[in-house]
Amino acid sequence: MFLINCPYCGERDQSEFSCGGEAHIIRPKQPTELSDDQWAEYLFMRKNIKGVQFERWNHAHGCRKWFNMVRDTKNDKIHAVYKMGEKPPVE
Amino acid sequence: MKNKYSIFSLIKNAFSQHENWKQAWGDPEPKREYEAIIIGGGGHGLATAYYLAKKHNMRNIAVLEKGWIGGGNTGRNTTIIRSNYLWDASAGLYDHALKIWENLSQELNYNIMFSQRGVMNLAHNLQDVRDLKRRTHANRLNGIDAVWLNTNQVKEFCPIINTSPDIRYPILGGTLQRRAGTARHDAVAWGYARGADEMGVDIIQNCEVKGIKRNGDQVEGVETSKGFIKTNKIGVVAAGHSSVIANMAGLKLPLESKPLQALVSEPVKPIIDTVVMSNAVHAYVSQSDKGELVIGAGTDAYVSYTQRGSHDVVEGTLKAILELYPIFSRMKMLRQWGGIVDICPDASPIISKTNIKGLYFNCGWGTGGFKATPGSGDLFAHTIANDEPHKLNAAFNLNRFVSGDLVDEHGAAAVAH
Amino acid sequence: MTKYRVNKTKHVDQTKTISFDFDGKSYHGFEGDTLASALLANGVHLVGRSFKYHRPRGIMSSGSEEPNAICQVNEDTDLTEPNVRATEIELYEGLKASSQNCWPSVKFDIGGINNFISPFIPAGFYYKTFMWPKSFWKKIYEPLIRWSAGLGKSPTKPDPELYDHKHVHCDVLIIGGGISGIIASKISAKNNLKTILIEDKNILGGSTIFQKNENYKINNKYSSEWLNEEIAELKKLDNLTIKTRTSLAAYHSYNYLLAKENISDHLPLEKRNGDIRQRLWKIRADKVIVATGAIERPLVFNNNDRPGIMLSNSVKKYLDFYGVSCGFNNVIFTNNDSAYETAVSFKEKGISVEIIDIRKKSNSKIVKNAEKLGVKIYWNSTIVNTLGHRKINSIEIMNLSEDGSNVVGDKKRIKCDCLAISGGWTPMVHMHTQSGGKLDFREIDQTFIPNEIDENHINVGSCNGDFELEDIIKNTNNKVKNFLKVSESEFDNTSVLNSKELDKRNIWLLPNFISEGKCKSFIDFQNDSTAKDIKLALREGFKSIEHVKRYTTTGMATDQGKLSNMHALGIIADTAGVKMGTLGTTTFRPPFTPLTFGSIVGRSVGKFFDTIRRTSIHEWHSQNNAKFENVGQWKRPWYYPINDEGLHDAVQRESKAARDSAGILDASTLGKIDIQGTDASEFLNRVYTNAWSKLGIGKCRYGLMLNEDGMVYDDGVTTRLGENHYLMTTTTGGAANVLSKLEDYLQTEWPELDVYLTSVTDHYSTASICGPNSKKILKKIFPDKDFSDDAFPHMSYQNGKIDEINCRIMRISFTGELSYEINIESKYGKSLWEKCIEAGKEFKITPYGTETMHLLRAEKGFIIVGQDTDGTMTPIDLQMDWIVSKKKYDFIGKRSLYRSDTIREDRKQLVGLLTDDPNEVLEEGAQIVSDINKKPIEMIGHVTSSYFSPNLNKSIALAVVKSGKKMNGQKLIVPMENKNINVIVSDSVFLDKENKRINA
Repeated sequence: MFLINCPYCGERDQSEFSCGGEAHIIRPKQPTELSDDQWAEYLFMRKNIKGVQFERWNHAHGCRKWFNMVRDTKNDKIHAVYKMGEKPPVE
Repeated sequence: MKNKYSIFSLIKNAFSQHENWKQAWGDPEPKREYEAIIIGGGGHGLATAYYLAKKHNMRNIAVLEKGWIGGGNTGRNTTIIRSNYLWDASAGLYDHALKIWENLSQELNYNIMFSQRGVMNLAHNLQDVRDLKRRTHANRLNGIDAVWLNTNQVKEFCPIINTSPDIRYPILGGTLQRRAGTARHDAVAWGYARGADEMGVDIIQNCEVKGIKRNGDQVEGVETSKGFIKTNKIGVVAAGHSSVIANMAGLKLPLESKPLQALVSEPVKPIIDTVVMSNAVHAYVSQSDKGELVIGAGTDAYVSYTQRGSHDVVEGTLKAILELYPIFSRMKMLRQWGGIVDICPDASPIISKTNIKGLYFNCGWGTGGFKATPGSGDLFAHTIANDEPHKLNAAFNLNRFVSGDLVDEHGAAAVAH
Repeated sequence: MTKYRVNKTKHVDQTKTISFDFDGKSYHGFEGDTLASALLANGVHLVGRSFKYHRPRGIMSSGSEEPNAICQVNEDTDLTEPNVRATEIELYEGLKASSQNCWPSVKFDIGGINNFISPFIPAGFYYKTFMWPKSFWKKIYEPLIRWSAGLGKSPTKPDPELYDHKHVHCDVLIIGGGISGIIASKISAKNNLKTILIEDKNILGGSTIFQKNENYKINNKYSSEWLNEEIAELKKLDNLTIKTRTSLAAYHSYNYLLAKENISDHLPLEKRNGDIRQRLWKIRADKVIVATGAIERPLVFNNNDRPGIMLSNSVKKYLDFYGVSCGFNNVIFTNNDSAYETAVSFKEKGISVEIIDIRKKSNSKIVKNAEKLGVKIYWNSTIVNTLGHRKINSIEIMNLSEDGSNVVGDKKRIKCDCLAISGGWTPMVHMHTQSGGKLDFREIDQTFIPNEIDENHINVGSCNGDFELEDIIKNTNNKVKNFLKVSESEFDNTSVLNSKELDKRNIWLLPNFISEGKCKSFIDFQNDSTAKDIKLALREGFKSIEHVKRYTTTGMATDQGKLSNMHALGIIADTAGVKMGTLGTTTFRPPFTPLTFGSIVGRSVGKFFDTIRRTSIHEWHSQNNAKFENVGQWKRPWYYPINDEGLHDAVQRESKAARDSAGILDASTLGKIDIQGTDASEFLNRVYTNAWSKLGIGKCRYGLMLNEDGMVYDDGVTTRLGENHYLMTTTTGGAANVLSKLEDYLQTEWPELDVYLTSVTDHYSTASICGPNSKKILKKIFPDKDFSDDAFPHMSYQNGKIDEINCRIMRISFTGELSYEINIESKYGKSLWEKCIEAGKEFKITPYGTETMHLLRAEKGFIIVGQDTDGTMTPIDLQMDWIVSKKKYDFIGKRSLYRSDTIREDRKQLVGLLTDDPNEVLEEGAQIVSDINKKPIEMIGHVTSSYFSPNLNKSIALAVVKSGKKMNGQKLIVPMENKNINVIVSDSVFLDKENKRINA
């Protein structure tokens, strides 16, 4: 059970949050100009990293804010959290 | 030649204090080159090797396993076997597997304890009823034994279920597949390993794959913790670690690896004689031959390779168990564990070629791969040997994520209006 | 007093007699006893049968590691519980316990036959047999296997007791109330840290609490005396919570721990009264100090499992803590000094004891002490056999060879009625590894000890590998000070006297003159796995410890290998010729000791299983005989039967009434999202398939929302309340997901948009009135309002007032009838509803539920997301091309509609179906085929919605069918189990194709 440091609310129990998967996959600005392959890449293909991963979380049962997290999927250690739009920390 | 297993060989060996049993499988060092290499020594990987050797006469092959065979999801699942899937493609795939299960102990000369005690799926709301009826009709027309049970018939088939209309989500009926059931998970890996080994397959444990070597778009071999091994056919059956291997080959897959938990109770005398699954409240339970209640919990929503999930998931599952079986309140959880499951967006697997020649993937089984083990191995072997899919796995290609022809087994999960 | 109760102690009150039953026989014990100590006091050792061979087994230990003495308590009551360790049951008046896994009785057990056929059933035998003939598996073999398996019996009645959860935060959590836990707690609490100490026994003190030996002194006092004083002081500390009878169950990441408090299991049944039985503490601790101690190891030798063979320190505990002597002719078999304390205790009470020691010598103080007391010691010796069926009566010993690999010389037989064994100590590293910690192997005493790297938890005392009293106190003090950043403590100058162990020798599997294959040297007592099973597994190629464990079932019994894991590893290492440290251990998985399902679930049972959401009008529905349907967490009226009406009749009546005069539906459960901001229109453009910019203020529009994969996700009517203000409605079940999805896009993809979303589902109640007389009813409720089609047209909204209460009136329709929805603040929902009913009385306004709502919309061919769609339908598939804007550059899911497989013409498409027989109602979910004779049969679609329409007086259905768009008029077949139903494809709008009724 993670203890997650919401950038808006502070440390809260994992049960208040939901995970939205890999971060920094930007929705294409002009989807209609992409090939089926390129669209599939955006829609479905994931790095699914074993190691340090950048991902999106939502304080669903709290402030409802989405934010980003840097977490090591090998051991679930959370390295950093940062707000949407902020530059990701260098890993 | 290995010992043939039977009551007679047991008696015979008893007189020599069981000193003369041969190794069920060997412990070879890798050769420099193989005709094909299977990455991943779980049930699916070992079955693939077994069928490559047996049906496609490819005997100079190896299975590479990072840890010990059957140590991943094969040894961590709740062993439910059924084929009552909705879509034709899925039903074809899983029923192909079920038919192999029915004779597998005899074929492998290894008792995998396939127990056809039936699997019941419960409906808890009107949309559940529509969905399960839809599935039952589809099953029947696909030649799969599935029947609809009303609430009283559910109770009759499994008397300990609480079918009171006054519970929060009363049971409105269910489907039953009698040919479905469970098997002893470890034995499946061991039986296939023994069978493959006998035909000359090298099963190499403690051998971690570190890289995939390519020449242009053709694979040339694998870098491992035991050195470089040459091959031009690689079948990847690495479950939760599929993406890790894919990344080595420069591929991305439509997968996320998430922790899935399960638990067992202390062993008790037989109390539930079938497998009962309820998707709506999320409670899966059966009883092992040892007497433990085997309970499947859910997945966490985040990627993790830790084989540990959050406590909330276990608590949520047991809540549902006690809702349906209040008599289990004083039973005790003996052990809980997690596995890493690789989940596709449409909850269906991938058994497919890739755009790299000689590189094949068998993955994306999510929470339900065990039941497909023999079929998956057979079809993947066919795909590797012939460099093209069998008609039963043609739909489970990678291209479906591009073209949009998904095999969406989530079903109608939404309860709208 | 029974003859085995030889000693008065402060922990057992011999003035308070307790009577209890074991296997139907009555016994007496005292307050302070466990079931195990009381049985031993009565001379009862034989308490159970083993899992596989049904060998007689006795009490072996005094704690949670007990593998043998597990009982069914209070059988045939609703408070029964299987598999309870006798060593952990605090004795209470009227306790009834019985042995398990034996028939007809523990003394004579038919299953004991397995012991005689044991040569034929080695580890994993079932994988090798039961395969022929195949048909026997299901009928004979498997039932036999299942019948023989299992230990106790599951309860068969619901649990009358309650379970509770408690969430706590603390600075420091200390696990284990032995000497190191007490030292740690004192340092922590005295330094102003909010501290919790949990201990699984009913008193603090661990094994030091019954230590009264000259060789072990602290500040010149017996260690137990010193500790008692410390405990007395500890209890006075303010910021310390001490929880006894509380055992740690699981140590999860981020210092989240679960501990189970036993509240009533030690009380007589009549005092329990359905109150709270157990409480699960969910603890988030800043720092954790693990002080769980160590468990004594058995020794592995031939026939080491007879009743009367017990762990040495437990024998000492029974003697010094409970006052019970486990035997009068005691033999101790050991490889270390700690067992000599047991010998000294016996001798001091004048009870006979001899020692077999596998070591060649030991010159420590405690050994000298024993020798001085006249204890006979057989050095360099081992036991090669034990005798006695239901209880041990003698042993046979031999000398060990120089290297310990063999036995030499002659056998000597020694009579004994209790054999106390000690193979050294195993630190309880379970908590450390559960938390993610790693282990190091320590050669000198062959132990795995914690390798600490986590900054938020430490291990102290013997669970950290400190076995000498002096080390325990000094190291605990130093480590805790360091960990809590404390500079000095009261224990800095504690003086400790203890006998130090100087000579060590360990042999995992003791040698014998009989061949290994003929020895029964047990490793896992409960599961009956022996050393030869492990060797067989190795011979058969099972090399990994996990393989050996699974093949032999070692370590998988209810004690989870607490006594067996180390020996299994040791024997594997010795056999394979590798260093034990390189093998690694098996994974220690939670829980530490078995945890009741009840305690994990807590109060979330029965009516608290899941939240029930009711609308503000719910009470009215109940009073008016509504039957309810669960929709998500909501209770929605399903239909309102009059008298004995069934579902069908009620729905026919309700449907007809709604079209003929007026019907009313509680639509409060639909999701409602308030959308505000200058970019609200643009936002809707992006999330819905159709265009929103031109929707006038005061107008309503139906919208369809897709997933990014192009599949229909949700739908509903959205109303423009103002220039920058919309009210979106969603499906009932989809409300939460839609909001969260919209927030996701807004915050992560389009942060530049000025839009704010608020869920107002619970804020408003909605009454939906439809039917030709609805306008008249509205006019009665809002007499000042002009309801003419010009003033208040379809798909528009106006504000209204009922008395002084503001409400919103939308003229929208999900039935195709003239229809209005009134939204009002929830607290007025019921009075609004009653007002509508009152106003509608003269028109026989009929309340209708979800079933009628479904029927009415199906007559009009309106879809229900989740019923007519299943996550694989695009709007084009639904023949709703009209709602997909061609002009808009982008919206969620747009690109996916143009993939090669989503533009295919032969996808499944929504159509209407009419049965040849107008009275035949299709089953929802039934499959559809075009050619019944084709094999394999090809299913081209299925029925999604189906009703008997009272307004059309025939059966109607919606279905999705491959290439359905082109099939109008085509004959198809719906094959049921017992018949084939002929159907014809039709338009999906069955009633009022011209939409006249909407303005009727």
